[in-house]
Amino acid sequence: MAHFTKATSVKDWLNQRLAIEKVEKVMASEYWIPKNINFLWAMGMVLAITFALLLVSGIFLLMYYQPHVDLAFDSVNFTIMREVDFGWLWRHVHGVAASVVFLVIYIHMFTGIYYGSYKKGREMIWISGMLLFVTFSAEAFSGYMLPWGQMSYWAGMVITNIFSLGDLHLNGLVEWIRGDYVPAQAFLSRFFMLHVLLLPLAIMGLIGLHFAALRIPHVNNQDGEEIDFDAESKKYLAGDKAGSKVMRFANDFMSKDLMVVGIFLIFFFYLVFYNYGFALDPVNFDPADMLKTPAHIYPEWYFLWSYEILRPFSVNIGLMAFGFAQVIFVLLPWLDRSPNAVPASRRGAFKVWFWLLLIDMIVLTAMGKLPPEGIFSTIGLVAALAFIVLWVALPFITMNEKKV
Amino acid sequence: MHNSSRRGFMGKAFGAVAGIGAVGSLVAMKKSWDPLPSVKAAGFTTLDMTIYPEGELVTEKWRGKPIFVLKKTAEMIASQTESQKARDVVVGDSHFMIAIGLCTHLGCIPGYNPAEKSFLCACHGGMFNWAGEVTKVPPPRAFDIPPFKIEGNNMILGEVGPEFQAMKDSGITL
Repeated sequence: MAHFTKATSVKDWLNQRLAIEKVEKVMASEYWIPKNINFLWAMGMVLAITFALLLVSGIFLLMYYQPHVDLAFDSVNFTIMREVDFGWLWRHVHGVAASVVFLVIYIHMFTGIYYGSYKKGREMIWISGMLLFVTFSAEAFSGYMLPWGQMSYWAGMVITNIFSLGDLHLNGLVEWIRGDYVPAQAFLSRFFMLHVLLLPLAIMGLIGLHFAALRIPHVNNQDGEEIDFDAESKKYLAGDKAGSKVMRFANDFMSKDLMVVGIFLIFFFYLVFYNYGFALDPVNFDPADMLKTPAHIYPEWYFLWSYEILRPFSVNIGLMAFGFAQVIFVLLPWLDRSPNAVPASRRGAFKVWFWLLLIDMIVLTAMGKLPPEGIFSTIGLVAALAFIVLWVALPFITMNEKKV
Repeated sequence: MHNSSRRGFMGKAFGAVAGIGAVGSLVAMKKSWDPLPSVKAAGFTTLDMTIYPEGELVTEKWRGKPIFVLKKTAEMIASQTESQKARDVVVGDSHFMIAIGLCTHLGCIPGYNPAEKSFLCACHGGMFNWAGEVTKVPPPRAFDIPPFKIEGNNMILGEVGPEFQAMKDSGITL
């Protein structure tokens, strides 16, 4: 047994039992962040804060929500919105955060792509990040089912139908996922379970993995410079704070991080209080009706780009293109054949590739929202093909890149 | 026996026990997600086929899905092509179009236009004629026909009768 002495203070008492000082050093004051970064490096903290907002608002919604096909709609639109004091606040925070979290995820992702932050030992950061993207997507979809409105029901119908995998006609699999022939009570209950327990647990585990993956390779910097973190941190601790290339995570980096978080939160609560409509689809204010399809079914904006890759093709080819789009991002560290871990601006053809991909995904998103008619379906088809061509071309573009 | 080999044996023995337990729990988890017996038992609907007016579309419900029932007019019956005849369901001396009322593309419910005697799916613009055949893509195939069994003037949806089996065997429906 370890040797314990009479404590001289509460801190000392805790220190002897939990080593809180050491933990604080490892996690914060001696966790080193490069100085050469910009506001885009704060997106991780913005995401953590948004996840916390989702969790807290979700807990309050959970106390009044009824996961039953006859009660769910009213429990959200009547009980929570009209009866519960400030119930509207939790719902609007939850809905707006679910939408905004994807905007920030996309910024976070494209920042990583632009600065090459998936290379040279940072592959696990990228992979765990993409796993988080997938689980967040599942979390968003399962949550979208819960108000049991028309869009919930029909999105549930269409998305679960995808699992019949076109001409394979795996209707048994679809019925197994739903627990019924159509989305009904069994479906609502299990998606409720997924939304409030299993997927949040998976997300929290993956966030832990995502942070752990950062520790050894450390955070990337604006120039992709390889920093000797041991040497630079010694320099910092020896007093040469100005000469060192690194700073403490807390309080140095956190103070700037929270500045960005503060600006984000002002924007976020502006949306919650004055502009929440974009996150609440009007069609979903009609209760689910299994005998009437809404005129135009479309997903939330953050799924539109992959929906638009599914849509312009015949069923089987569309599914293959859709499957391709879902997994291809994970493979980025291996599809990018260049050893350069520097910003895209210094990488020639890759710079063009990066901006084309970003523009293509914005075009796909816009077309996914429009009805598939005339010129829009042509643009959608071209953009979907361009997405596939860009990814197939990536290894060839980067293979010939000069070492910088 | 050396300690190391004893540990090796214990490791393998634990692995075997844990493996059996893991497989067993996966089976239980899979089965727990299956549709319940009550859900399956509710999966049969009996229709009285004598009540339908000619040339009018009636939507019934089976397993939570809409079922289109259209009693064909004499004019329709006379004008049927071979492929339309193959989809024809005859009860007594009445001819019917029976179909699951979901677009075979992604499962939206097409609307019926009585003047044109055709179906239009608003989701992605697919069209079907009064016999249930595709007249405009994207739907990959004609309306699916629900499993049915004819008993006198009644039709039981959910049970497989010889007429349905024949349709399934010849690939007219899934």
